Amino acid sequence: MPDRFSAAFAGLRDTIPLTVGTTPFAVIFGTLVVSAGLPPEMALALSAIVFAGSAQFISISLISGGAALPVIWLTTFVINLRHALYSATVQPVTKRWPLPWRVVGAFWLTDECFAVFERRLQTVGERDALPYYLGSTISFYLNWIGWTAVGAYLGNRIPGVATLGLDFAMIATFAAMIAPQLKALTPVAVAATAGSVAWVAQGLPYKLGLMLAALAGVAVGVGLDCCRRRMAVEEAA
Amino acid sequence: MTDTLWLAILGMFVATYTVRASFIVFGQKLRFPPAVVQALGHVPVAVLTAIVVPEAVAPGGQMDLSPTNPYLVGTLVAGLVAWKSRRILVAVLVSFVVFGMMRWLG
Repeated sequence: MPDRFSAAFAGLRDTIPLTVGTTPFAVIFGTLVVSAGLPPEMALALSAIVFAGSAQFISISLISGGAALPVIWLTTFVINLRHALYSATVQPVTKRWPLPWRVVGAFWLTDECFAVFERRLQTVGERDALPYYLGSTISFYLNWIGWTAVGAYLGNRIPGVATLGLDFAMIATFAAMIAPQLKALTPVAVAATAGSVAWVAQGLPYKLGLMLAALAGVAVGVGLDCCRRRMAVEEAA
Repeated sequence: MTDTLWLAILGMFVATYTVRASFIVFGQKLRFPPAVVQALGHVPVAVLTAIVVPEAVAPGGQMDLSPTNPYLVGTLVAGLVAWKSRRILVAVLVSFVVFGMMRWLG
């Protein structure tokens, strides 16, 4: 078997734990879309064209909350900003790939596949990195689309699915992602500000409160960073 | 599928792909000023909190701060378990169980 194929297979195999781990979320997502009164094609299109789990979940809550298009787009952009970091991290390796593969491969750069790819680069190195990456990402991508379809087309057969509270899946995951970071003053202040503004401003139309709250939170964070820098300079002086 | 939904998806694709492609496709020429990088560091906590809080205190747009609000209690449980254990999956599972018991049995 040529090395390329075994590398692609290794990519697929190493991604299996994450593929399996995200499967329930794909089913829940598909079901959530139809239980929000949207067509099942919407679920499939988001999974196939956008392919970004947290942004997909948020877009459904934004759309059913009557958000304006620019708010949906801007929220997606902000939620996905962390991927710029992944893009920068793999760049020294991907710069040796042919341009068409870089253009296509960038589409599949999710949190999960980045984590798997990064570990491969650190343990095995750059050998057969492209087939490995494709094996990992394409299997992960197809699984995500497939289980989204299962949720979208079979989910509405579950009696009372709209009242199950499937939207809680996203909220719980986000809360669990934030909490471990709240162990220093600055992130606590950022979260407290964003949370209070979001609470007070939730009545604003088009879900503008979300953007306002995020901006306020980041502004407090930047302000505290500046304070800390100034104090450090004064101490050194 | 309405045109608005397609527009939403198209914009979301652009917003996701440009970020992922930034360095991979456009290369090392891309540089962010340090102030921007530092501000970006605060974005995840700010945005995620701004999404979670209204959904927890007012699910479905109806303010409910009582201990019988499964969204509020479930969110607090998820946060607390993750804060204590740093294990996100465990926190999500435990909060699901609490949420489910309140929602479906309570």
